[in-house]
Amino acid sequence: MMKKIVILGAGTAGTMMANKLYRNLNSDVWQITIVDKDPQHYYQPGFLFIPFGVYRPEQVVKPKKDFLPKGVVFSISEVVKINPENNHVDLSDGTSLNYDILIVATGTTPVPEETEGLKGDLWYKDIFDFYTFEGSRRLAQKLETWEGGNLVINLAETIIKCPVAPLEFTFLADAFFTEKGIRDKVNITYVTPLSGAFTKPKTTALLSKLMEEKNIAVVPDFYLQRVDNERKVLVSYDELEVPFDLLISIPVNKGDQVIENSNMGDEDGLNFIPTDKYTLQHKTFENIFVLGDATNLPTSKAGSVAHFEAEILTDNILSYINGQPLEAKFDGHANCFIETGYGKGTLIDFNYTTEPLPGKFPFAGVGPMSLLKVNRANHFGKLAFKWVYWHLLLTGKKLPVSTNMSMAGKIVEEQP
Amino acid sequence: METLTLAGTAVDVNAEGYLTNMDQWTPELAREMAAQYNIELTDKHFEVLNWLRAKQKEGAQLSIRKLGNSGIVDIKQFYALFPGGPLKISSKLAGIPKPASCI
Repeated sequence: MMKKIVILGAGTAGTMMANKLYRNLNSDVWQITIVDKDPQHYYQPGFLFIPFGVYRPEQVVKPKKDFLPKGVVFSISEVVKINPENNHVDLSDGTSLNYDILIVATGTTPVPEETEGLKGDLWYKDIFDFYTFEGSRRLAQKLETWEGGNLVINLAETIIKCPVAPLEFTFLADAFFTEKGIRDKVNITYVTPLSGAFTKPKTTALLSKLMEEKNIAVVPDFYLQRVDNERKVLVSYDELEVPFDLLISIPVNKGDQVIENSNMGDEDGLNFIPTDKYTLQHKTFENIFVLGDATNLPTSKAGSVAHFEAEILTDNILSYINGQPLEAKFDGHANCFIETGYGKGTLIDFNYTTEPLPGKFPFAGVGPMSLLKVNRANHFGKLAFKWVYWHLLLTGKKLPVSTNMSMAGKIVEEQP
Repeated sequence: METLTLAGTAVDVNAEGYLTNMDQWTPELAREMAAQYNIELTDKHFEVLNWLRAKQKEGAQLSIRKLGNSGIVDIKQFYALFPGGPLKISSKLAGIPKPASCI
């Protein structure tokens, strides 16, 4: 009888795993099935550019099946429950799938309903998200005709997908309104539950300076309790208020509903799955592995993280199949471009223990990208990444970037 | 690392005043630290501090939301107990490190 690997979620993480495992396993012995309710694959980093008219919506969508190997079974179905004790998952059509190994890559979604008043009368009128295909398109329409006022960017929670995207949105908005000639009519305020623009000291220093140069006000330590639609103000748990005319919200992010249905989330109540931060094995069930945004790992929820995790997890699943110890260890490596507007960007590279440092990337001394510096090369790196994503990354091809973070090219202490 | 004398004992703290060894913590020390924030610690405060210490020992990632789900206080009450920055202040008073955000 064939052995079965079931992958839940055919987003960035699940698609990479399907490709890597298919290439590494004997298809006479192992059958790989990947399940997702949506037949379309979205290039999520592109959502950031849609509101400003840089990308058209159709540029970021392609059929999922184009990126999956022919020998992998692609099931377009909704998963309603995982039964880890009995090694099967239930689908919404009443059937179930048995597995020997389960890989959970169900991602995360913004849930505006979690915050009182966020998805109220003003939703998609004066309140928008940009982390969804629909939100980014609606916002593009709004920005075409908006004439100015208080623009507020707010993070409702600290654990969110792509933690640098709200900053990028803010910088791009500054450039967008400047180029449109109405920047003097727009007050931009960045309202965050964090203690500053970012968390790691060197990155925060760089970003805070940019915020100041671009005349963007930062309101730190603001934990959103509710949105008052009538008065158009954000209200925090300690009753501070920030007024807005146009609110760009990054709602509370939650893991998939199936995690809640299966009672597999951690204590935050956000449906993220307790996962070993080094091996990516489920904390309780040894034949379940988790990667991408679905985990509760203390690193960024980002495509680069999913990519590095997929390399580690492929090794560990092969070890698991061969009855060997899981020796590949994920170090929390993340690599993020940060658009700063006007055709420039910066780049950060970090892991569980090392904060982003300045230097050159990916080749020591050469670059061509620069870490923690704002320049054009980083911006072109970001734009070029779209091609890399569709043509190399999803299908699991090798990229010239090391899986574990490398100190080569990094400057630990800058010369005074 | 610096040394601070609190409640008659010398304890090790970092530059931001967080204890670097949670075993040096005592309830008296917490009371003295709390006075600097004009907080008088009640049983409810101590329930929160003990919960934080237990979670820290388990190696859990701490967050305001997690505390809100703890059954001890909701988020609103948490802010009322430790006005300003509830998680940062309560972690300091609990003798555990400042909660790191993971991004």
